[in-house]
Amino acid sequence: MAFAYFPHTPDDIRQMLQRSGVSSIEELYSDVPEKFRFKGEYDLPDAMSEEEVRRYFTHLDSLNTRLTVFCGAGAYDHYSPAAVKYIISRSEFLTAYTPYQAEISQGTLRYIFEFQSMVCELTGMDCANASMYDGPTSAAEAMLMSVASVRKRRKVLISSSLLPNVIDVVRTYTGYHGVQTDTIEISDGVTSLEDLKRKLSGNDVAGVLVPGINRYGIIEDLEGFADAVHSAGALMAVYSDPSSLAVLKTPGEWGADIACGDGQTLGIPLCFGGPYVGFLACRKDLMRKLPGRIVGATEDLDGKRSFVLTLQAREQHIRREKATSNICSNQSLMALYVTVYLSLMGPEGLKKVNDLSYGGAHYLHRKLLETGKFSVVFDKPFLKEFVLATDIDVPYLQKVLADAGFFGALQTEEGYVSFCVTERRTREEIDALVAVVNDVIQK
Amino acid sequence: MKYYDKLIFELSKEGRCGYSLPDNMWEENTGSIPSGLRRTSVPRLPQVSEVDVVRHYTNLSDMNFGVDTGFYPLGSCTMKYNPKINEEIAGTAGFQGIHPLQPRSTVQGVMKLYNDLSASLSAITGMAAFTLNPFAGAHGELTGLMIMRRYHICRGDLKRTRVIVPDSAHGTNPASATVCGLEVVQVNSLPDGTIDVDHLKTLLDDTVAGIMMTNPNTLGLFETRIGEIADLVHGCGGLLYYDGANMNPLLGVVRPGDMGFDIMHLNLHKTFSTPHGGGGPGAGPVGVAERLRQYLPLPRMDGEEPEENAGRISGFMGNFGVLLKAYAYILMLGRQNIRMAGPLATLNANYVKESLKDCYMLPVPSVCKHEFVFDGLADQSTGVTTLDVAKRLLDYGFHAPTVYFPLLFHQSIMIEPTETESKETLDAFIDVMRKIAGEAAEDPDLVKSAPHNTPVRRPDETAAARHPVIRFQY
Amino acid sequence: MSKTVAGLRYSESHEWVGIDGNIATIGITDYAQHALGNLSYVDMPETDDEVTKGEEFGAVESVKAASDLYSPVSGKVVEINTELEDAPERLNVDPYANWIIKVEMSDPSELEDLMDEAAYIAFCEKEK
Repeated sequence: MAFAYFPHTPDDIRQMLQRSGVSSIEELYSDVPEKFRFKGEYDLPDAMSEEEVRRYFTHLDSLNTRLTVFCGAGAYDHYSPAAVKYIISRSEFLTAYTPYQAEISQGTLRYIFEFQSMVCELTGMDCANASMYDGPTSAAEAMLMSVASVRKRRKVLISSSLLPNVIDVVRTYTGYHGVQTDTIEISDGVTSLEDLKRKLSGNDVAGVLVPGINRYGIIEDLEGFADAVHSAGALMAVYSDPSSLAVLKTPGEWGADIACGDGQTLGIPLCFGGPYVGFLACRKDLMRKLPGRIVGATEDLDGKRSFVLTLQAREQHIRREKATSNICSNQSLMALYVTVYLSLMGPEGLKKVNDLSYGGAHYLHRKLLETGKFSVVFDKPFLKEFVLATDIDVPYLQKVLADAGFFGALQTEEGYVSFCVTERRTREEIDALVAVVNDVIQK
Repeated sequence: MKYYDKLIFELSKEGRCGYSLPDNMWEENTGSIPSGLRRTSVPRLPQVSEVDVVRHYTNLSDMNFGVDTGFYPLGSCTMKYNPKINEEIAGTAGFQGIHPLQPRSTVQGVMKLYNDLSASLSAITGMAAFTLNPFAGAHGELTGLMIMRRYHICRGDLKRTRVIVPDSAHGTNPASATVCGLEVVQVNSLPDGTIDVDHLKTLLDDTVAGIMMTNPNTLGLFETRIGEIADLVHGCGGLLYYDGANMNPLLGVVRPGDMGFDIMHLNLHKTFSTPHGGGGPGAGPVGVAERLRQYLPLPRMDGEEPEENAGRISGFMGNFGVLLKAYAYILMLGRQNIRMAGPLATLNANYVKESLKDCYMLPVPSVCKHEFVFDGLADQSTGVTTLDVAKRLLDYGFHAPTVYFPLLFHQSIMIEPTETESKETLDAFIDVMRKIAGEAAEDPDLVKSAPHNTPVRRPDETAAARHPVIRFQY
Repeated sequence: MSKTVAGLRYSESHEWVGIDGNIATIGITDYAQHALGNLSYVDMPETDDEVTKGEEFGAVESVKAASDLYSPVSGKVVEINTELEDAPERLNVDPYANWIIKVEMSDPSELEDLMDEAAYIAFCEKEK
């Protein structure tokens, strides 16, 4: 009974058992109490051949409906250059472990260094780590990092205008960690600076989290936020869409101490929510509170430029229960994905992605308003995502759109309808979507 | 491997590009955004052509060692072969294009995958239900501990805030406990690395939330008194958490659920063959016993939101792409091949151990499971350390084992061969390990100055930590 | 054989204390810096922070290890050695010439619980 992933021949097994000083494979488990050895039949499918595996997944694929994506809410349908997939498929990257042996991991170490550098460049921060799991967990870590950095304070404030899943994940992490989390109110679609100031007045807040682009797609004006936060002795973190930072004011420019967010917008496929890649960056003086892997430059015995995992004394494998985070494996390959993507796009390409998304989104925005059945909720600048108010039954609209091959008209918690347009969407697609909307209206 | 000294930024030339995007067909662009909201500087991303990018990263890859390059006996990391069908499946365009918030009716295939994979993991582990949302092993640990805490909190048992962790445990265990707001209490190991049950008894009271264990433990030894430990911990009202980092030898032989564990995580990137990707993405599904089902985090496969849920721990529903790979592997294994997965991993480990124990110090001379630990060279008079042996292995084309862990010994060398390695590969490794032991005796400087053939040699970690340079200096 | 200095007091967690009036100058011993190896960072409290005898007041890090610093006395931090921020290696070069913090003691009688040089030498022998 040969199997492709087990190279042992019966003769190999015989010889190896002999060397091991046992007479049978069962004997290797003789220390396992009899009652714990599983005697039953595993309730698993019969072993399949590759062709059968392909057939199973082809069937699985056929059960999903392919839709043209007109929604965002934390996952965006951006274009991914062919060369990215080609590079990340290289097995030297794909099948390596965390780069513990620097001598034979310079490839991984160098791209992480490049990733850190690019994250710093986009966010306007001094230091970045090798990646977090996703955006929401990076936000949670940013808040735990604030609490670890500002002594004797166990409270954070997060804007209600953040994406709902970001708020939920932050609340989960801080809740178990014994950190009090309050929300900052929304005023006219954006984080209320007045409410923030009010909630900072007790001088008991360690960290504040606000979005660069919020749950309604609005680009927030964070003028005055950092001053308010800093004068209350707290740290400010901004949750950003890194793609947008090619054109929008960076967390650094807003005066933030920490930048976090999801790198998915940098060309990573939607893939039902993962794998994506979170990022976490900070000012230099917070470097030693930054969780996760960090790569640094150094020289080897012969004076050659080399890269190593550094500042490891912060991490769980050394600090154990005193570490500020438990993260080990992160999303390294997706950090490579983003690094290759940003190398290909460069500053011009990334700006163009934003221009195309902006143009398409505003075109759809106008077309929907022209139907007469939608109205503006917040008259604020947006980039690629927006919400409108409507009399149309939103779940019904979403269903009709899905039947026509579109994923659009996401209903927000407030009852608004949300749309998103990226550079992948064409005028024909947008016109076709609007035509379906008009059909719904006419019925 | 060839040394290559560029960073992508150093290839940049103003005006060059590697992208291909359509011309702007819209009336408006980001220039319409109020200037107060726009960044003032152009980000200094590289400006390079596509061929520059492809060559640069190909050259970088040539300085990397993966499972596909050669034998990777990194203890505790289960570096088994990553089957290529997994990659093909995960790369399917249909899966890549699904938005996580699409209506359920349009993602029935995805839902079937979540159901089928969870059911298989339940069958393999004996746990009643799984969440597939955690992104990695440590994330799974944290999620599992959140479930543990939530269980006690929902029962009004608020004083259970201590979690027992063996002193030999992976550093993530205590770190996860702290992040989860639990106080860590260490239970001692006996000289053979197993839990000191007498010491454990003294720690158990009504403030204990539970215990975190691996079995086999970090020395690769089966905790034979697990049944008694489970009774003791349950008897005091605590829960048992199983750290699935060491699940591989039990694959097809023992189910954690049957040993009395209430909560566990699996590392799909260890036990279920998905590639490590240089440090992720992995996946760390968490399984629970029936009575803990309602505590699983959101969002849940059944779409329900029971009041007791542990909260939301991920943006969406985990690393779907990784889950696809793991299920492809499970289908290839099937009910038949799984029976041999753990046993062959155990056989490989014992074979290597027995073949080297005259040259390397074996502190616990008994049958091991998937891995075992040497405490340096048998002849400690040469001055050659574990680090030197590890570096010398690189010269011979092997990845080094895990070194200086567990902390129970000063010169730990932790070797985990996995079941996908052939006798020939193991023999070659054994030969080299013996040869290095010989070199240590005859020419210690040769080993102490290793590696000699790698792209770089012993980079200065102290300098890197004292004066950190962690981003490109323009 | 690690170095010690006469006239200093020593703790079991390998800190030394020099006394000048009610000001205690605190550092780590030669034994400690040897055990830790090349130090890469010293995490220090801020001036005016209160420290308590037996409780941690900071940490020293090397590449592969981190060790908490425990205060041998209680009191208020009046000065920290900022030179160590950029040059932690000074503790490797001469741990006695490079102090870490100075504390205004609230209870000088706590000094009686510390070891003198001879007792500390004997203590280190046993630790080996």
